[in-house]
Amino acid sequence: MTTTSPPVTTRQGVLELAQVSRWYGNVVAVNDVTMTIGPGVTGLLGPNGAGKSTLLHMMAGFLAPSNGTATLDGRQIWHNHDIYRQIGLVPEKEAVYGFLTGRQFVLSAARLHGLPSPDDAARRALDLVEMTEASGRRIETYSKGMRQRVKVAAALVHDPQVLLLDEPFNGMDPRQRLHLMDLVRRMGEEGRTILFSSHILEEVERVAHHIEVLVAGRHAASGDYREIRRRMADRPHRFRVRSSDDRRLAAALIADLSSSAVSLTEQGIEVQVTDFARFTALLPRTARDLDVHLWQVSPTDEDLESVFSYLISGSSR
Amino acid sequence: MNTVVADITYRAMLGRKRIWLLVLLPVALVAIALLLRLLNGQSEQTAVTLMKTFAIGTMLPLLGLIGGTGVIAPEIEDGTIIHLLSKPISRPVIAVTKFVVAASLIAVFAAVSTFAAAYLLTGMESGVATGFTFGALFGGVAYAAVFLLLGVLTRHAVAIGVIYALVWEGVVGGYVPGARKFSIQQWAQSLADHLSSSAFFSTEVTLGFAVPAMAIVTVGAVLWTGQRLRSLSLTGDD
Repeated sequence: MTTTSPPVTTRQGVLELAQVSRWYGNVVAVNDVTMTIGPGVTGLLGPNGAGKSTLLHMMAGFLAPSNGTATLDGRQIWHNHDIYRQIGLVPEKEAVYGFLTGRQFVLSAARLHGLPSPDDAARRALDLVEMTEASGRRIETYSKGMRQRVKVAAALVHDPQVLLLDEPFNGMDPRQRLHLMDLVRRMGEEGRTILFSSHILEEVERVAHHIEVLVAGRHAASGDYREIRRRMADRPHRFRVRSSDDRRLAAALIADLSSSAVSLTEQGIEVQVTDFARFTALLPRTARDLDVHLWQVSPTDEDLESVFSYLISGSSR
Repeated sequence: MNTVVADITYRAMLGRKRIWLLVLLPVALVAIALLLRLLNGQSEQTAVTLMKTFAIGTMLPLLGLIGGTGVIAPEIEDGTIIHLLSKPISRPVIAVTKFVVAASLIAVFAAVSTFAAAYLLTGMESGVATGFTFGALFGGVAYAAVFLLLGVLTRHAVAIGVIYALVWEGVVGGYVPGARKFSIQQWAQSLADHLSSSAFFSTEVTLGFAVPAMAIVTVGAVLWTGQRLRSLSLTGDD
């Protein structure tokens, strides 16, 4: 089975958003976002409802910015159907023409692009996503992961310089996910511009060399995944600790520099941690030295919303 | 006109359950005609009444609704239209192709069944079968364009289309004199009347008004659909 990607031409493939906003009535979905996405794999990270899909749809020409401009290599994307010679789009919505077989679906994409050898292009794209064997079956019989892969094949059939994927790993089993991650990484290394959205940091950092973080419609952070990860780890954490002697343990914890605030509550000790690594080493050691039993140690602000909120406050500092 | 878009659209319309929606009314029309023929024998008056009230008055707008909205509205609703729109094909070409598919389906299902039913009741007498067949054919094409446009203008195309087809075309267009001029059903009847010499049938709308009106509405609706598709916004789930 051939799994090599077709050669990428020397086109640039630089997506640019300049002060882009999008609102629906009084609701602002995307607020004054400026970013440049170049060749390589970029992850668009943010919690559900952050505006990732809205942003991606504006980059794909399916939504007009209410304000600002979205361009590809300097060309306006909205109202420009020629742009699709360069763009491949994998939407999040699962719906595809279920009455077509996988091969017919990808072949129709090749024909709609007016490719000179649509059969060859379709075969190559199906090979690339390892869907050749199942390509004779109707799409309505496919699993969610198979549908996702056949959509990727259709998006890749014309060898686009830019590939936009909206939550591409949703619904895939671990093996399929690893395969698609590998494929995305390889295509990025070949010089394609690949942007994919996700709400899972681990997913993004496994594939993307660059991360753009979107929270509540705002561009919260941008950079290498290590930088984003470091900022997430370094942020102040809040923990709730329950033990056999909360008062003694609280006194010992406040004496150390790893915590900025310790309070005794009916539910136990609330600790505001400023040095995460130091605190996680200190707590069990202190408990052992004081002969205090730890019943519960739980973060109280580990949900994605609070992590992303911290990034927003960080970006505005 | 794009053959790939047409192929996918025909398959979506004629595959599985949807075809029954297109077949049901024409079969009912022919069945009623057959029943009337068996009960009353050949009757020009019966033929004209059935054609006016059921073929043109009920079946045609409903087939127009099913065909016109059916070729595009469900794809917009579930997002599958992205497969067609994310290609380097001009949106007006997609609109024209969708219109051709809808118009051809409505024309075939409406015109063939109209001819068969009229022929069963009156043969080729007074040109009733020919007149109503052409009325159904051209009226069907106009309905296809109008309902196609409705399918891209609103997510409630079917509900609005039913109200339009039954209330405006069926009640207002049929009984309010001033409104008749602006009813596709009346234009189709005008064409049928012109081609028929039946004494049981006359219309108020002149052919000189009906034909240009049908042409303007059809072309205008298809052009508008193309423009609307150019600016069609699709959003994700967030």
